[in-house]
Amino acid sequence: MGLGNNMKTSRVVRLTLTHLFIIALGLLMIYPIVWMIVSSFKPNNMIFSDPGLIPKAVTIENYVSGWKGYAGTSFGRFFANSFLMCAVAIVGNLLTCTMAAYAFGRLKFVGRNFWFAVMMITLMLPAHVTLVPRYILFNTFGWVGSYLPILVPKFLATDAFFVFLLVQFIRSLPKELDEAATIDGCGQFGVFSRIIVPLASPALVTMALFTFLWTWDDFFNQLLYLTRPETFTVARALRTFVGDAGAVSNWGGTLAMAALAMVPIFILFFALQKYFVQGITTTGIKG
Amino acid sequence: MIKTSTRLFTKNSFFMSKKPGIVKFFRRNAVAYMFLTPWLLGFLVLTLYPMVYSLWLSFTNYDFTQPDSTQWIGLGNYLKMFGPVFGLSEFTASTGEVMRVDPYYLKSLSVTFTYVFVSVPLKLIFALAVALLMNQKLRGVSFYRAVYYIPTLLGGSVAIAVLWRKLFEKDGLVNGLLGAIGFTDLPGWITNPNYALGTLVLLSVWQFGSSMIIFLAGLKQIPEEYYEAASVDGANKVQQFFSITIPLLSPVILFNLVIQMISAFQVFTQAYIVGGGRGGVLNSTLFYTLHLYIQGWTYHEMGYASAMAWVLLLIIGVLTAIVFRSSNWWVSYGAGE
Repeated sequence: MGLGNNMKTSRVVRLTLTHLFIIALGLLMIYPIVWMIVSSFKPNNMIFSDPGLIPKAVTIENYVSGWKGYAGTSFGRFFANSFLMCAVAIVGNLLTCTMAAYAFGRLKFVGRNFWFAVMMITLMLPAHVTLVPRYILFNTFGWVGSYLPILVPKFLATDAFFVFLLVQFIRSLPKELDEAATIDGCGQFGVFSRIIVPLASPALVTMALFTFLWTWDDFFNQLLYLTRPETFTVARALRTFVGDAGAVSNWGGTLAMAALAMVPIFILFFALQKYFVQGITTTGIKG
Repeated sequence: MIKTSTRLFTKNSFFMSKKPGIVKFFRRNAVAYMFLTPWLLGFLVLTLYPMVYSLWLSFTNYDFTQPDSTQWIGLGNYLKMFGPVFGLSEFTASTGEVMRVDPYYLKSLSVTFTYVFVSVPLKLIFALAVALLMNQKLRGVSFYRAVYYIPTLLGGSVAIAVLWRKLFEKDGLVNGLLGAIGFTDLPGWITNPNYALGTLVLLSVWQFGSSMIIFLAGLKQIPEEYYEAASVDGANKVQQFFSITIPLLSPVILFNLVIQMISAFQVFTQAYIVGGGRGGVLNSTLFYTLHLYIQGWTYHEMGYASAMAWVLLLIIGVLTAIVFRSSNWWVSYGAGE
């Protein structure tokens, strides 16, 4: 190494080693997930302590038993609930976070810097300080047990992360377009709907994606507010497989449904990967 | 990112604008506030009001099942938390009622602090190491990046928490693997109080993906010429790392540190699932938020839960302030611009 005529070979060797190392580490990283998917197809009695990735016998009995769900409600219902909840959440965020971001990013008004500072502070606020009063509030409205405590906040732009993400994006758009549209007779609503929203669509896709991801996985609120099995979402229903003190009776069914719960996220991630990267690098969104 | 946001604060756009007519001025403000209405309403009703309310609740014995008997107990809830520090096991509240201290609060605090102070640095170091590895002219980097991000993508979910339980049980996958290479007498990692928290730290470090992506974006900003100049001057890779990479990356390190620290304090799902809704064996995984949930929703002591939430807010606020203060020493904002 280091000798001039060996430089090229040593570079190739180093590159190959780097690739091999990255691949090996990557395999180690996703091994548990791959194992989970493979094991969900193993007969229940073979899951235990079989670290292999090639099942000795393949069965779908775990999916059949897991799909039965909990308290007479099947996973079909849980999946439908989750999808519906996520869809409404996305609509709410798209509507209201975009509106707030347009105001902060483009409009001039008294108190803008103040409200923007307030918004930035709420970004850092742990949710727990508002938890109890929100619960009491939603309970007096009679909303506990329904999706309203989870979904209404989405229509009030409470996900400050997304407002921030969109403000950043909207500020990066050229102002000349707004001005041209204004000269052509567009009001602020016209600029918003005809210029800003179409141009900001990459950021909107990012927001929709993360809204889906977070709502899908937001176990805490689902645990608090969803009380009846027929309203359970996938995440909330998975919890019913784990008994108090953590005992699991039907491991096969549990792993099968857990694997199935990941499928929508996988599909979205690989289909829209660049939007994920954009969202993470602009706001530091945690996964 | 941080730089841009401070710029937004300072830019005084309103007074810089052209002088409009008074009608135009009001109209412009009315339109702007219309766009802001949902957020403003959300802030007032779902953030500001609950914060004030929970601060008040934290000085009361509010019980969700009997809200009518709520009484002001002053610092009672706070004494309930920190009484054991002063050697108290019970004390008389301002109502005259004798209150018992919470024997598990300090445990939950120490579990959470241990978790934060171990998992966050480990996660950042690991994320930086992988980012450095990826920051080379390699083919397929975007594919590798995607694969490394998968654990982060799924990591916070109930599904993964359930999987983690399975992996680290006595007859789980990890012991299966360790057994295959000759280890014997392996413990049940999840059910052993010495190791249970460690498995959750591991779960957190495994989810290093978003820190890695942010580091990678930061590394790409460092001009190649700096390294070339340094190697002309005879600096080796290690010297380059400490005198170029680390200083120029320091704002990104600060950013990742703050974000990860704040979220680590609030970890819930994993602890809840792994402990089956409780604090695990000997409360070894009794996380702060889990304890808060149990107090508020299992025992309905929502006044106490509110007090716990406010202490959490203070802890996070003070630690974040300390980190930002300390950044004067170790974060350089110079050459990166």
